[in-house]
Amino acid sequence: MITWPNFVSQLFNGLALGALLALISSGLTIIYGTLGVLNLAHGAMFMLGGYAGYAAYQATGSYLVAVLAGSLFMLVVGVVMERLIIRHFYTRPLEDQLLVTFGLGICIVELVRLAFSSQSMSVPPPPLLTGITSLGFMLYPTYRLAVVGIVAAALLALYLVLYRTRLGIIVRAGIEDSVMVDSLGINVDRVFMTVFGIGAMAAGFAGIVNAPVVSLTPEVGEAILVQAFVVIVIGGVGSFPGAVVGGLIAGEIISLTSMVNPAYAYVMLFAAMTLVLMLRPHGLLGTRGRE
Amino acid sequence: MSAKRRHDEHIPYIVETLTAIALIAAPFVLPYLGSAPNTVNRILVWGLFGIGFDILFGYTGLLSFGQSALYGTGGFVAAYLLTRAGFPHVVLALVIGMVVAAAVGYLIGLIALRRTGIYFAMITVAIAEVFYFVEFNPLSEWTGGENGLPGVPTPSLDLGVTVIHFTTGWSLYPFLAFCYFLGIVCALRIVRSPVGTVFRAIRENPLRAAAVGHNVHAYKLAAFVIAAAYAGFAGGLLGVLQAFMPPEAFTFETSGQLVMQTAIGGRGTLFGPLIGAAVWLFLQDFLQATLKLGASWKLVLGLVFVLMVCFLRQGIIGGVRDLRDLVLRRKSAPPVPPNDVVARAAGAETYAAHSVVRAPYADHANADYCGPILRATGLSKHYGGLAANAGIDFEVRRGELRGIIGPNGAGKSTLFKMLTCEVPPTAGSIVFEGRDITGMSVTDVCQLGLTKSYQVNQLFNRLTVRENVTIAVLAALRGKFKLDLLRSRSKIPGLHEQIEQVLTLVNLADYPDVPVSQLAYGEKRRLEVGLALASSPSLLLLDEPLAGMSARERAETVRLLKSISRDRTTIIIDHDMDSLFEIAEYVTVLHEGRVLVEGTPDEIKADARVQEAYLGGVREEIPA
Repeated sequence: MITWPNFVSQLFNGLALGALLALISSGLTIIYGTLGVLNLAHGAMFMLGGYAGYAAYQATGSYLVAVLAGSLFMLVVGVVMERLIIRHFYTRPLEDQLLVTFGLGICIVELVRLAFSSQSMSVPPPPLLTGITSLGFMLYPTYRLAVVGIVAAALLALYLVLYRTRLGIIVRAGIEDSVMVDSLGINVDRVFMTVFGIGAMAAGFAGIVNAPVVSLTPEVGEAILVQAFVVIVIGGVGSFPGAVVGGLIAGEIISLTSMVNPAYAYVMLFAAMTLVLMLRPHGLLGTRGRE
Repeated sequence: MSAKRRHDEHIPYIVETLTAIALIAAPFVLPYLGSAPNTVNRILVWGLFGIGFDILFGYTGLLSFGQSALYGTGGFVAAYLLTRAGFPHVVLALVIGMVVAAAVGYLIGLIALRRTGIYFAMITVAIAEVFYFVEFNPLSEWTGGENGLPGVPTPSLDLGVTVIHFTTGWSLYPFLAFCYFLGIVCALRIVRSPVGTVFRAIRENPLRAAAVGHNVHAYKLAAFVIAAAYAGFAGGLLGVLQAFMPPEAFTFETSGQLVMQTAIGGRGTLFGPLIGAAVWLFLQDFLQATLKLGASWKLVLGLVFVLMVCFLRQGIIGGVRDLRDLVLRRKSAPPVPPNDVVARAAGAETYAAHSVVRAPYADHANADYCGPILRATGLSKHYGGLAANAGIDFEVRRGELRGIIGPNGAGKSTLFKMLTCEVPPTAGSIVFEGRDITGMSVTDVCQLGLTKSYQVNQLFNRLTVRENVTIAVLAALRGKFKLDLLRSRSKIPGLHEQIEQVLTLVNLADYPDVPVSQLAYGEKRRLEVGLALASSPSLLLLDEPLAGMSARERAETVRLLKSISRDRTTIIIDHDMDSLFEIAEYVTVLHEGRVLVEGTPDEIKADARVQEAYLGGVREEIPA
């Protein structure tokens, strides 16, 4: 039975999931847009971020430390991965890029499994954000409400970096035409490293913030990666606003369908993706010719 | 591969025979190496699954991460028929599963192939995930949900006198080995058919494959359906092998394992997936049972895979091939090293003497049309506020050799792109041989007999010179789409002659088996013209055929252009005005997106407006 409060609370769930998907997908999309590499290890990075946060929480007992340490750790992981492996693949065919990031994703998942076992772990939300908040007409878990705010703040930060800094201008120019940026004498090499690091950090951050909502398992990244793909197809590759819009759409579709029948959540998501492909093959906010 | 392929051509069915021998010998040899029969059977199923995937990924260049959807579909359809529906005939159930998977593959292909590259990879992943969820929930009444379908029977063969039951282990092996053998024989036929050649063309350069007249989308869809059929059949075999159809067949992990096995074994080899599966499953057994690594075996395999992708790009088969080439080259240096440009240039000297070969010329449908072969009216192209071409009226008579000149940015290449329908005009119309071709696809226009050679080489780089020309000739002889999957290329009438004709004409007949990537620049340029020529066009557009050539190459190419234009209407863009004035009968000058003037070379040379356009205001005398 669908009741009004039930509907609104699912709407909020959709918003939280959507914001999270937006953050993960924007990392994926700026990496692809700038470096030209579709990072199939992105889901694994989301998962690894969650575990890094979990480890930091176990050591310190502080949620804040967990978020900060986890994010920084993922920044380092991203930079190291880019320097050691990814950068050798910029000139290699697209298939090789997909294969190597796919393989790296598996290595990360199996490493985590080795270190933390396959059992699910959980991080409690910070004491300040536990419990339930009354929104007047309904009750809603405080932390989930906070997730929307935290992720929105992270998206805003990403927006400011992309649209208000020198690095952001280079990244956006690189998405348009990376050869041109290179020939302007900008050190693309270092920009690439930074972008990959930021993308990894965004995924890891999302992973930690999400950890108190769902329990952590090594497989948690796989489903998220698939959802992020749908987000990108809907929003358009290489588009930051597209990732945000696509993320919110996908989050609401999953959430609202789950209210009726969770089994059809993916079917509806897929139907939406197909619809977009039929009507606007380049995504809602994507540009023609960017593949 | 090249040496191997040449080998195949000398001894027919050598690969098939060797495969049969290996499959027959396996049960006698492998037990001594300590392999369990069940592992060998699983390798065969993965190998068969991988044959189709290799045609899709290794040959056509489409990397799908969603093959599990088709593997599961075929498997569950067959298993459902054999268990719940009480269907008695195992082989027929497997075939029905295969057909259903192929049909589903067709539908998935329609959606996924709307985009290429990473979009294709992402969409296939998403589709496979949907199938996984659908199997588990909405369809769980039919598929058993997370329990799968137990009790799948094994096949038996009624020989009249006696009935052979294939049960488990080595008893099931002959059945699986026979299926694999059939699969490989079909795949070898497909790969050697004209369709197989087009698949490789699409992998190397989809744009050019479309421009020489192949319906790239239809061929991609064909590759996708072929892969789906193999996946569906292999999925059915998985149920037979395990006497149980596991829901795990639908997981992303299945697709991933297939991709990894194919990359480890070697893509584009057909046998790569089998070898990859053997490495994968033996290593898994070894790491788990012998080294007692427990669950971390997958980490080791993941690391092996990453290292292979980094350092052994073409997988194990590719590595062995490189090693063999290295040894062979050391043993016997080839008489003419493929990179010896000087030797080839010397050969070109003698070329002028025998340039009597006539270019191929096919009669296209509208050959009895008498008016101008090409008429463009009011042709404009705007990019945002920029007008590359504005209101161009342009007419070419049959048999003419027209030159187009103009300063940089005059809109010459944009005009060509519109004429060949690579880009749609903003306004205006194009009539070719009395037929309005405005808005048609580049493939259809090429099939009508209008094509061009590109300003920047658009070749099939990893294929040989002969294969490049073959691709273009096939489009001319077979039309834009034909599913002659089992036909040998050598059985197409006129193919060989036309290829040789083109090769001789562009003076590349002496080294047809050299990969394009090893050619000198001038040779690539001639091959570029050759590709356009091989489509037997009645109207040929050449976009700067002389650009970047040395003086000697240029003289040789001018001779080539003259001989080409004897048999067809030709339009040439070039910056080299001396060469162009020498060969063109009539010249159109473009300036700032418009036709400035048209006339004979002598008229153009004397025209003050042309001089002004090129030199900028020489008429304005400086007042004394």
